Amino acid sequence: MTSPKRFDLLALFSIVYVAFLYGPVLLLPMFSFNDSIYVAFPLKGFTLQWYYEMVENTQLIKALNASLKVGIVSAFVSTVLGVLAAKAVTRYYLPGRGPVMGVIMIPLVIPSIILAIALLTIFRKFLDIDLSLWTVGASHVLVCIPFAMLVMIARLQGFDKSLEEASLDLGQGPWITFWKVTFPLAAPGIVSSLLLCFTISFDEYLLAAFLAGNDATLPLFIFSQLRFPNRLPSTLALGSCILVFSFVIVTFSEWLRRRGVPNESGGGIV
Amino acid sequence: MVSVASGAETPARPDSLWLRWRALLLRHEWIRGYLLLSPTALVMITMLIVPILGLFLLSFWTQEYFEIHRDFTVANYLKVLNVADNPIYGLLLLKSIRMSLTATIFVVVLAYPMAYYLAFRVTKNKLMWIILITVPFWTSYLLRVFAWKIILGYNGVINSGLISAGILSEPLEFLLYNPPAVTITLAHAWAAFAILPIYVSLEKIDRSLLEAATDLGDTPFQRFWRVTFPLSLPGVISATLLVFIPTVGDYVTPTLVGGTSGIMIGNIIQSLFGKANNAPLGAAVSIMSMISITIVVLGFIYFVRLLFGKHAIQRAG
Repeated sequence: MTSPKRFDLLALFSIVYVAFLYGPVLLLPMFSFNDSIYVAFPLKGFTLQWYYEMVENTQLIKALNASLKVGIVSAFVSTVLGVLAAKAVTRYYLPGRGPVMGVIMIPLVIPSIILAIALLTIFRKFLDIDLSLWTVGASHVLVCIPFAMLVMIARLQGFDKSLEEASLDLGQGPWITFWKVTFPLAAPGIVSSLLLCFTISFDEYLLAAFLAGNDATLPLFIFSQLRFPNRLPSTLALGSCILVFSFVIVTFSEWLRRRGVPNESGGGIV
Repeated sequence: MVSVASGAETPARPDSLWLRWRALLLRHEWIRGYLLLSPTALVMITMLIVPILGLFLLSFWTQEYFEIHRDFTVANYLKVLNVADNPIYGLLLLKSIRMSLTATIFVVVLAYPMAYYLAFRVTKNKLMWIILITVPFWTSYLLRVFAWKIILGYNGVINSGLISAGILSEPLEFLLYNPPAVTITLAHAWAAFAILPIYVSLEKIDRSLLEAATDLGDTPFQRFWRVTFPLSLPGVISATLLVFIPTVGDYVTPTLVGGTSGIMIGNIIQSLFGKANNAPLGAAVSIMSMISITIVVLGFIYFVRLLFGKHAIQRAG
């Protein structure tokens, strides 16, 4: 159907494209091992100094703790909500499904800064809630729900409704059916959603910047370190750790999620 | 659910209520559906719709120092719209839209061949390719932008690389802290968002249509323009919107790599809610930004519709 020459050109482009996608980010780990305070060529020599410096920073450990807490809680909550909502839209006939889905997907496209100030307004100007990690977590739940839901819709659409019906017809109650049929089938999607939502929350900067009050999450800590040129290398070390960590989690969850699920599902966004 | 006090006298009543409720659930599928959906809907109402309405309300108030006056006024909007006296808001909004449109075009044009390759040429290790493309999508946005700061910096990777290679003697100053730096960074940081929607719409194309086009004498080029591209438009449209809408209000990129000349509307909003301490005006600026984004998006959709007909939009939703 196509000449081999065109194939090569497109393949070449794709390889260059992936290199472009990954190249800039790979500079962070590269310079994090560089024995120089400056992030510049030529490379000086290998060192682990910046990693030692990073581990000794107590503020960092505090921020890491905060991020882990927020990430775990918001991943859990948004996944539960995502599972319920995905089940509702895939299994039941819902009048007005389109507009409802439209609203749930808004956090995907709306600029984060608008979400951030809207939440800040409601928390501070209307409800007088003090900003804390809880307010950050709440905002992360909001942005994670669309992703959780899309992941779960793809998963639930992938399996046969008649499996559940068979269980119900054979006399099992809805709870048993859920635990013995629905849950095991949906489990890869659930795990994947938990991991993805955790990563989103763990890496999220802007909402946290507006809603964290005096507590800092890890991205806030990184941002604050960018002002100090002499801390740049240890910030690179921290960034590299986060990248590797996210990479492993996301690769695993993507693999889990996309195995055996038709590619078309997922709404084309995730 | 069952009241204990009424237990002895009217044993059938709570039971029958329960039964009636169950019968209702069984009869009406949509009630069960909405019941399952209700927690999520509740979160969306309280955390999304109400806050945006709150923001809208705030935009009609005024603030003096730390005191907010809750009298309804359109003064903030007049301030934003009065381009003669306060050109900053209008100009910055236009500039932000222009910058993110440029970045969006870059992203979509570069993503298309990649998605095409993924959909039509990759047969082995497809899962690996898809994962390879999607992983950057999920990893830290802040770090992706940060990487560009160290690449473009005065003593950064490009300058020091070119100097140590003997190509330059002085570092180039124009790399960082200007609008092109923001556009390049945005184009890279959002690249992963465009591939998947385009890939999905290409993957959906019925291959027999392509064979038919070839059999009827289309050259590969004609076939692409007359069959493949129009059918992939829904993906192109979603990709465009997914990149354009969020980038207009981006704050991280202009702050890290934009400098003073590269600031965008997000920076103004942030400062009005922060240092400048005029949240109502900030709210008005955000509402105006959202309206402008909507106008551009509707204009874009109208334009695509004009060019390719109604069917192009239908599947994009």
